[in-house]
Amino acid sequence: MDLFEYQGKQLFARYGIPVSDGAPVTTVPEAVEVANRIGYPVVVKAQVQVGGRGKAGGIKLAANAEEARIHAEAILGMDIKGHVVKVVWVERASDIAEEYYASFTLDRAAKLHLGMLSAQGGVEIEQVADENPDAIAKIHVDPVDGLTEAQCREWVAAARLNPDATEGAVDILMKLYTAYTEGDADLVEINPLILTPDGRVHALDAKVTLDDNAIFRHPDYTDYDATQVRDTREQFAHEQGLQYVGLDGSVGVIANGAGLAMSTVDIVNQVGGSPANFLDIGGGANAEVMAGALSVIVSDPNVRSIFINIFGGITKGEEVANGIVQALERVQIDAPIVIRLDGTNADEGRAILEPHLSDRLQMQPTMLDAARRSVELAGGTAK
Amino acid sequence: MSIFVDETTKVVYQGLTGGQGSFYGKLNRAYGTQVVAGTSPKKAGTDVDGIPVFATVSDAVAATGANASCIFIPAPGVRGAVMEAAEAGIEFVVCITEGVPAHDEAWFFNKLRRDFPNTQLLGPNCPGIISPGKANIGITAGHIAKAGGPVGIVSRSGTLTYQALYELKQKDIGVTTCVGIGGDPVPGTSFIDCLRAFEADPETKAVMMIGEIGGSAEEEAADFIKSSMTKPVTSYIAGVTAPPGKKMGHAGAIVSGGKGTAAAKMDALRDAGVEVGLNPTEAGELMAAIVAKL
Repeated sequence: MDLFEYQGKQLFARYGIPVSDGAPVTTVPEAVEVANRIGYPVVVKAQVQVGGRGKAGGIKLAANAEEARIHAEAILGMDIKGHVVKVVWVERASDIAEEYYASFTLDRAAKLHLGMLSAQGGVEIEQVADENPDAIAKIHVDPVDGLTEAQCREWVAAARLNPDATEGAVDILMKLYTAYTEGDADLVEINPLILTPDGRVHALDAKVTLDDNAIFRHPDYTDYDATQVRDTREQFAHEQGLQYVGLDGSVGVIANGAGLAMSTVDIVNQVGGSPANFLDIGGGANAEVMAGALSVIVSDPNVRSIFINIFGGITKGEEVANGIVQALERVQIDAPIVIRLDGTNADEGRAILEPHLSDRLQMQPTMLDAARRSVELAGGTAK
Repeated sequence: MSIFVDETTKVVYQGLTGGQGSFYGKLNRAYGTQVVAGTSPKKAGTDVDGIPVFATVSDAVAATGANASCIFIPAPGVRGAVMEAAEAGIEFVVCITEGVPAHDEAWFFNKLRRDFPNTQLLGPNCPGIISPGKANIGITAGHIAKAGGPVGIVSRSGTLTYQALYELKQKDIGVTTCVGIGGDPVPGTSFIDCLRAFEADPETKAVMMIGEIGGSAEEEAADFIKSSMTKPVTSYIAGVTAPPGKKMGHAGAIVSGGKGTAAAKMDALRDAGVEVGLNPTEAGELMAAIVAKL
């Protein structure tokens, strides 16, 4: 779950990390009110989960109430790379002497936490990693031991920040590690972490990704879920508890299991089609889940055919087939459906589907055959 | 032979009295697995269809000699369950539970590595392990696998594992052991752990490896294959056409910052001499061709 900058800053503030005084607002009058309260100059920042906000005109400095009004008016509702700005964050502008980069994430290869710190902040860290990898000081932290202050000091020294920033950086990084672990984050990133001319270190941006699996420990995270950016199809699927990712194509895909669903998307592409989505209905494949999945698929106006790819394991073929037949009675479907049913008791399952087959409901023996047929039915030419 | 588990493995099911635990515990026993015990702090002294239930894993080990465990406990209790098994001296812990926080996984992975080096964890979020004809621990449908070898399978995905077992059975090819390592960011058992064990197992003559997008486990496996494996390997990587930045179902299956793409993984594997299929069927056919020449 990705947080907006303002949510990340609010989370950081809870752990004592210094951030600028500010507030998120959704209307122009509120923006002016907040700006008047915190004092000028202020920065008006578009809240979107996409890079390049500044270049797109989504971050503006305002010296007075009139400028704050003009910028808030321009930025609210702005479309930045397909993301419409619904919230702006208004904060006190900061004087910047130097810009750094700091983050914690999980190093999957080392199976340890990884901290990265660089004196070259304010630019994409991937760019620094490519062009000047030595400019990034890295530290591996064993989750069992945690980060000690002594390790943190050594790490800060290795990054060769301005000596004036040392104490502030150590303090913030210790707190950032706590926010990362206690907050169950996949990523916490401050870019830029700034040093002000009067020697204070301060988080000017916040990028936080939280682990969806840890929500049971953080009941308040459900508030973040409500602000997640999803297209209408993804929102609908999310409400049904389905694992769904929207894509641009015309072949709707339903499969049981994440791997098989990914594989189904691949194979539709490989035979010359374009999948409309990734949808994993899990192991069970009963009528209710299948009906929910089909209603999500048909809510997508681009879908011209549907490929249901089921491999029966513990769930027997006849249970899957009955589920499909019952689901078809519940959901109004215009697009033709191609089914591939294999695995445990596949023959029994196919026998149940047999009397229901027509131009609108077809069956194919293999994944490849079914993919080709669904691509043809979507109006494409199958390879 | 088989790797990690066989007909002598004695398994205690942590969470046997729950819906999933009792369903799969009984199913695994019916397959022939030695299901010797279950645990439940509140139901100690009872039994599930004749399988005795103990309060703790230690009690179960003391009474039955269990040396493996299978965890069907909800995600919030997994960290405690893994440590309970390790402290009781369990050598092979299979954790089926999905939805375990990544920080918990990183914590117990390192705790085991340091303090319990004799405990091997498989999972979390995995289908388990099956040595066909000998033992089935987890949620795999046992009858879709043909016993006997010569192929070993290791996979990050559940359903694609079943698909692979099934395709090989259709071609009358047996499997020594099939290990589902799971799709989470910090799996207890890695591809390399399994490849090393298959390389050492005399009955395994070839290995099928099923990967997916995200992380760098397949690239690390490719390095290992290149440097340390003599047996032929075929592979399939799911998610060739997955869009960056989107989790494809599994917590670990995400292409981020241009890293973890299927293309990079397939290139690394081909470079290590692995035959890579573009879909599960093709990977199965490649394996059949290898087996025919053995």
